Amino acid sequence: MTVVFYLIAALTVAGALAAVLLKNLVHCALAVTVAFGGLALLFLSLDAQFAGFVQILVYIGAVAILIVFAILLTRGSDVPKDGVFSPTWLTGVAIAAAVFAVIGWAVINSVNAIPQQAAVPHVTVHDIGIALVGPYVLPLEIVALLLTAATVGAVIVAMHEKGGSE
Amino acid sequence: MIDKADQIFVLLQHWLISFLPLALQQPAAVVIGVIGIISVFPAIFALTTVFERKGLGRIQNRLGPNRVGPFGFMQPLADAIKSLTKEDVVPSSANGPVHFLAPVGLVVAVFMGFAVLPVGRNMVLVDMDAGLLFFFAMGASTEVSVFMAGWSSRNKYSLLGAMRAVAQMISYEVVLLLSSVAVVMITGSLSLTKIVEAQNHYTGIFPHWYIFTPWGLAGFLMYAIAATAETNRSPFDLPEGESELVAGYHTEYSGFKFALFFLGEYLAMLSISGLGTTLFLGGWSAPFSFLTFIPSWFWFFSKLMLSIFVFIWMRGTLPRLRQDQLMNFAWKFVLPFTLLDLFVTALWRFMGEGILRWIVCSAILLAAYFVMGRVAMVRKHFGPRSYRYAE
Repeated sequence: MTVVFYLIAALTVAGALAAVLLKNLVHCALAVTVAFGGLALLFLSLDAQFAGFVQILVYIGAVAILIVFAILLTRGSDVPKDGVFSPTWLTGVAIAAAVFAVIGWAVINSVNAIPQQAAVPHVTVHDIGIALVGPYVLPLEIVALLLTAATVGAVIVAMHEKGGSE
Repeated sequence: MIDKADQIFVLLQHWLISFLPLALQQPAAVVIGVIGIISVFPAIFALTTVFERKGLGRIQNRLGPNRVGPFGFMQPLADAIKSLTKEDVVPSSANGPVHFLAPVGLVVAVFMGFAVLPVGRNMVLVDMDAGLLFFFAMGASTEVSVFMAGWSSRNKYSLLGAMRAVAQMISYEVVLLLSSVAVVMITGSLSLTKIVEAQNHYTGIFPHWYIFTPWGLAGFLMYAIAATAETNRSPFDLPEGESELVAGYHTEYSGFKFALFFLGEYLAMLSISGLGTTLFLGGWSAPFSFLTFIPSWFWFFSKLMLSIFVFIWMRGTLPRLRQDQLMNFAWKFVLPFTLLDLFVTALWRFMGEGILRWIVCSAILLAAYFVMGRVAMVRKHFGPRSYRYAE
């Protein structure tokens, strides 16, 4: 278990670091894909099948492709002459460290807040489905509405300005 | 005896691992299953290439391959030797590592999909609780490989082909997922073995396959359209339309890397046909109750080959769509119809047994089909053909 964990963790961290440090933007996007894949494997090694597969389906199948499309459609994949690091990288590091500290603090405290369970709960996809359309149906519907509104908005933005003839 | 024939591969696996110590038996069983998958499906791929070339030849009134072996059936062997010995040309401005990883990633992701397909009774490598989700997750990760291939080649045709392929795959993946959701709604499970078991019942001599219900037939048709587009097969083979894009995203690949793309493409076709068989055509169950004595794996592979035959038939007879037609078809016809099919499936689920639900569900689907078809036809202003420049 631990060996597998360290291998996957190394892969994920390497992918994430490469995404930040590589010069070519498309290489960065592909490195992010590797990091997403590593996260999915972490979920799977924790027996969270649903989360793991959805991570692959949504992040590798859609988000990575979206990033790549955005890179290619906006400014091309050419490396800028003055390097990829912005002059304010120190601020960026500070913000990232602060966010990491807050999340890390929350994770470490959550161990004390939630009483230790004797056994790992066995949650099947079936249970997740029941929970989604049972107790959590209202949040689900709100998210669905929000996404529909976003889709309609995207279509309107992308639609041609039509002349008077049609 | 009948049971023995049905379970022959499972028994073979058990016999083989019985020679090993107890601790090694579980991993050995998995390894044997993997070997089975990576030897059987490429063999079917080789067979399919011959069938395709011979079938297309028949449709186009020519002979097709007939030199190597009896009736040209050894042709794949010759092709394999050729592609193995060919020089591997990489363009000098190509992006080396990405160019190399693209075909590998594609083939690996496609092979993973077979892990959850039940090819016979008790014959599934991993019986996952979320098998369907796993299959689609693997299918989605092939898109990254296609993009990698197109981008790293540094070729306009490759990049255009990859962009087309990715746009098309994303559009039709929505339909593919939604048409499968109908099956999940009725079965109440994402596990592919449970989906097959739910269809393995008989009324009289007729099976309870989902294709024999109104929503199942509509769902299957939508699934078939989406599957054809997802595997970039004709009439949706725009990403590699020879007349426009040379060979699309694998223009700059040669030798065995090209063979890997070819393999990946056909394996994707096999796996998506296998999933369609599992979801709508009853998987490994026999078409009539008196035919259950024939082994289950035989039925699965027969249905698989039948779907492959339909793929080849369509390629030989249908003209290629234009890019805007392709996208309009996906978003304006197939997707709304699939959403309606989901609604009809819910209706079917809650109307209870009886003849009434057959009438109501069929009527809704048929009415929607005719109305949508009519509206689209009227909008197109079909009439005698007029030529703008050629007169």
